[in-house]
Amino acid sequence: MGAIASFINTDIRMMMPILIAAMGLVYAERSGILNIGAEGIMLIGAFVGYVTAIKTGSVWIGLLAAMASGILAGVLFAFMTITLMADQTVVGAAYNILGLGLSTTLNRIAFGVNSTADKVNSIGKVHIPGLSDIPYIGEMFFNYNIMIYVIIALLFVSHYVMFHTKLGLKVRAVGENPRACDTLGINVYRVRYGAVLYSTMMCGLAGAYLSTINLSRFNEDMVVGRGFIALSAVVFGRYSPLGVLIASLVFGGGQALEAKFAALNTPIPDQLLQMLPYVLTILALVVSAGKSGSPAAETIPYEKN
Amino acid sequence: MEYALQMKNICKYFSGVRANHNVNLDVKKGEVHALLGENGAGKSTLMNILYGLYTQTSGEIYFDGKLVNIDSPDKAIELGIGMVHQHFMLIPALTAIENVVLGMNDTKSPILDLDAAAKKFTELAKRYNMEIDPKAKVANMAVGQQQRLEILKALYRGANFFIFDEPTAVLTPQEVDELFIMFDQLTSEGKTIIFITHKLPEVMRACDRCTVLRLGEVTATVDVKDTTRQELATLMVGKPVDLSYDKAEIDPETQKVVLDVKGLKTVQKKEGMSLKGLDLQIKSGEIIGIAGVDGNGQNELVDCITGLMKADEGTVTINGEEITNAHPKKVLDAGVSHIPADRIARGIIMPMTLSENIYLMNTDDKSYKKGPFIDWRKIDKYAQDIISKYNVKTPSEQEYIQNLSGGNQQKVVLGRELERDPKLLIAMHPARGLDIGATYFVQSKIVEARDAGAAVLLVSTELEEIQALSDKIAVMYEGQVMGVVPADTPIHEISMMMAGIKYEDIDKEENK
Repeated sequence: MGAIASFINTDIRMMMPILIAAMGLVYAERSGILNIGAEGIMLIGAFVGYVTAIKTGSVWIGLLAAMASGILAGVLFAFMTITLMADQTVVGAAYNILGLGLSTTLNRIAFGVNSTADKVNSIGKVHIPGLSDIPYIGEMFFNYNIMIYVIIALLFVSHYVMFHTKLGLKVRAVGENPRACDTLGINVYRVRYGAVLYSTMMCGLAGAYLSTINLSRFNEDMVVGRGFIALSAVVFGRYSPLGVLIASLVFGGGQALEAKFAALNTPIPDQLLQMLPYVLTILALVVSAGKSGSPAAETIPYEKN
Repeated sequence: MEYALQMKNICKYFSGVRANHNVNLDVKKGEVHALLGENGAGKSTLMNILYGLYTQTSGEIYFDGKLVNIDSPDKAIELGIGMVHQHFMLIPALTAIENVVLGMNDTKSPILDLDAAAKKFTELAKRYNMEIDPKAKVANMAVGQQQRLEILKALYRGANFFIFDEPTAVLTPQEVDELFIMFDQLTSEGKTIIFITHKLPEVMRACDRCTVLRLGEVTATVDVKDTTRQELATLMVGKPVDLSYDKAEIDPETQKVVLDVKGLKTVQKKEGMSLKGLDLQIKSGEIIGIAGVDGNGQNELVDCITGLMKADEGTVTINGEEITNAHPKKVLDAGVSHIPADRIARGIIMPMTLSENIYLMNTDDKSYKKGPFIDWRKIDKYAQDIISKYNVKTPSEQEYIQNLSGGNQQKVVLGRELERDPKLLIAMHPARGLDIGATYFVQSKIVEARDAGAAVLLVSTELEEIQALSDKIAVMYEGQVMGVVPADTPIHEISMMMAGIKYEDIDKEENK
């Protein structure tokens, strides 16, 4: 029982960067924009969040700065893919290269190549009197930092917005048949810009969560595929925020498993354990293949007459 | 007289190309006003201007007597204009009611109240004798139902001025009847309708007045009761057209059976209809028209003959050679030419040139090769021959076929198929979506093939086309042939067969 509680606790902490990015990306994809550059934007967010947190001494300001960097990256991405109708895959790939190069270079300029980076004084866990002290349950559900509660609450809100509000309906419709939306007086470009900016903002936040909260420092290429896992979580989660939560739990579970096994000092080689989250991602995608129901107009630029 | 709409001197140019030129359109309140013209005459452009999807280069629009500037569909909806597009503007992944309320700001709250909307929607539907489940996914709705949903969508937004863009193209004859009843109900409530079409009988039947467009200009506006089909056709194409065909007499002695289908059965798939023991014979020099509501096994029959679908039981024989379940290549080699129903999906490859599209039928022909290489010069020459013989309007054989109009694409397919001198020509909806000129051309070429001795299997949902071309009509219903009858059989008897009554069971006396 204690092991299960501890596993779930690790799982939830590990999944946060994936979940935060994926809950943004699910909006972008629903609106018809596939941003495979998520990984690169997360890296930029990770660096910006870390630097700002170190310089200001506040993780919160770091997170806000990372969100701003995500929005900035998103403006350019949206301009190229929506307004200029560039190929989303090509621009996304460029973003991954840009994100890796930019964050690495800026990190070396700021801190040198071989220095040991300062640790961020991260945010602590919230102790909820009574609840946090319940055996097992307390560890499973009431033993986290405040961001986790905020994000989970936001997830439920974003699920409600997507399926029960006029805005959510517009986002879903624009990704299916933008021309039909146009004939109903919906501004397709505005909806898509909004969805993309929200998604890149969340990617920036996800990166900063990883650097300032999960690991308390910045390493080169530290996102190591979480951006792509987040994109898979959107597919595996059938393009709904709640589904994304479940997918993130599964993928986070892979990382938690890796961490737990490593701590056990099993004879299994490290490298095999480190493969676990990625193998799990591939397996999940294979299982859900063919019935994903991706938005009909995804990756297709909309051209108004 | 009160006009609901007046469009004055509307001009529209697309990068120098003239789509509309000094168009004047006056529509009276409460009338059904036909907008008639061939494909490319500028009907849709004009209506897209009215609906705010395009902006006119010059000209003015008066709506209810007031000068208006419609620069977005939003404005049009606000004015009470509703448009039922030729390609429905619905989102298949969403439910009916979600499609209806999409983009509406009738309530202040940002939250969707689908239940309240569904209630209002169902009441509205009932008032117009329509039944649509508001929770049904549009993807699961039949085409006719989707169109009714489009109409309700406009009504829900309070439209009192309707634009129907070629609404009958996708409907069965019975659904067309229902649509015209709907027209009556809408106009009896004082609503106004613009009906875009290129079908003359529909204008005569359902419209009060008619404006004819040709090459982007208005040729006339006439009262339908004072005109004739011939006059409208002349206004439309600019020269008198003869809509009948002279078929050569063929000596029955010389005719032999080309296609012989016996007891054909297919397994019921998830979609479509299964064949349930179908018999059909076609002789040389004979056109058999398959009539029937779309989806009664016509596709399956053609796919079985052409080798694209597996038959479960029964045989298909061509000139004595059995080709049941043979590879499509073998079917082609047996002398079968096929003009498919969906030319874009099955007939041509859009991003390829005319030459390439034509060559695809001859890839096994050694005479078009030089060693291992393709002899393009010879193919281009062959393509040029087809272009001139079949009046294809194209800059050259090197043009991408996607840049041609639908009619010209169809002429390329027709030329490619007929130049093979088929023993059996299968033509599915050969004139679908074509204008009068192209329709006449395609149909007369099919008659020529028949006169030259080919057996022709013509599948169409347009009874008029079937009657004009066929020697005999076979009516299909639920995967069976209800009867093979002479082409001049009264319409009501054919209708009864289309509804599932076998020819021998029809009480012919009573219907007289």
